[in-house]
Amino acid sequence: MNFLQMLGRRALDVLASWGRGALFFLDLLRAVPGALARPGLVIAQVHAIGNRSLVIILASGMAVGFVLALQLYNTLTTFGAAESLGLVVNLSLVRELGPVVTALLFAGRAGTSLTAEIGLMKAGEQISAMELMAIDPKARVLAPRFLGGIISMPLLAALFSAIGILGAYVVAVLLIGIDAGNFWSIQQNGVDVWRDVGNGVVKSAVFGVICTAVALYQGYETEATPEGVAYATTRTVVMASLGVLAMDFILTALMFSTP
Amino acid sequence: MSKKSIEILVGLFVLLGALALLFLALKAANLASFSNGGETYAVTARFDNIGGLKPRAPVRSAGVNVGRVTAITLDAQTYQGVATLEIRKDIVFPKDSSAKILTAGLLGDQYIGIEPGGDPNNLAQGDVITQTQSAVVLENLIGQFLFNKAADGGPSAPAQ
Repeated sequence: MNFLQMLGRRALDVLASWGRGALFFLDLLRAVPGALARPGLVIAQVHAIGNRSLVIILASGMAVGFVLALQLYNTLTTFGAAESLGLVVNLSLVRELGPVVTALLFAGRAGTSLTAEIGLMKAGEQISAMELMAIDPKARVLAPRFLGGIISMPLLAALFSAIGILGAYVVAVLLIGIDAGNFWSIQQNGVDVWRDVGNGVVKSAVFGVICTAVALYQGYETEATPEGVAYATTRTVVMASLGVLAMDFILTALMFSTP
Repeated sequence: MSKKSIEILVGLFVLLGALALLFLALKAANLASFSNGGETYAVTARFDNIGGLKPRAPVRSAGVNVGRVTAITLDAQTYQGVATLEIRKDIVFPKDSSAKILTAGLLGDQYIGIEPGGDPNNLAQGDVITQTQSAVVLENLIGQFLFNKAADGGPSAPAQ
């Protein structure tokens, strides 16, 4: 009986936390139109979330492009297909690596700071103070950050892919000596704007929603103690990353399964 | 940091992101190849076997891209594959031009090559290219090769 009770309690706890998450997400969506009316707040958040993530995104994109080109060249030359290097790099960046790696970095760079910021606001009772002044903290604090994350993420992912392809260009064309015209033309023949680039943008927007919503939820639900904030920050990275990876599998299956 | 400089930085960031998207679309994908000329006309070509030809495959003449395959269907009466080709309006071919399904490289993607004929009239919207050559199917080729080999060598060839 004790075991059954324990199992039941765990199941109910899990259900309750999912429900709280869903309700929080709905509240967040409801607060979005109000935030759109105050673009100044959103712009400040795009700066905090997007601009400040630029360096790590660009550096990682460049590095990924470099190593992809180097590794693929070694393998592809054994099949005499070194020319298709640009296409392979482009497709893997635009379809998968761009959105996913950007989202993982985004969760680590921007998600943690969102969680910590809101967690500390909660610990310092700023959120309760707002509620006392009849200001809805979801509309004033959370929604602008949510919008900022959704706006920043697709732009960051596009930059990641673009700089990755340029990195591959540097290695493949300038260092290895693959023909530049071939490098670009094979991409223009093999990559479709809507199917590949468009779906990549859709993916990154979905990942932006996941990362930002998880970060905000963890910050908002945190225990108002130093340990609570630390724990919430860790959970943001873990849950946002797992959510992104799971969602990526589903989206890939939906978008690219039929030829 | 003042509000103005934040707004400028965000504007820069958004512009940079938009430029990256534009780069991906134009330089690293096929948007640019649609926008040249824009106007196209459609002709159809019937093949006994279209092999691995896919919609969106290029149509080339003398190796130069002149259009795209937009649709591939099966004619249920003749059991032929019907490929619809969109060709750029500024390039016209004589009516008796022939279409071949060719392969880029040994195992590359398949495309349609058009060889111009000598007819004074030109292909127009809705015309059908009658002279076609089907895709080379590797299995048939190997079968034919083995068959010829057996016919040449007679019964002694495999025994040795």
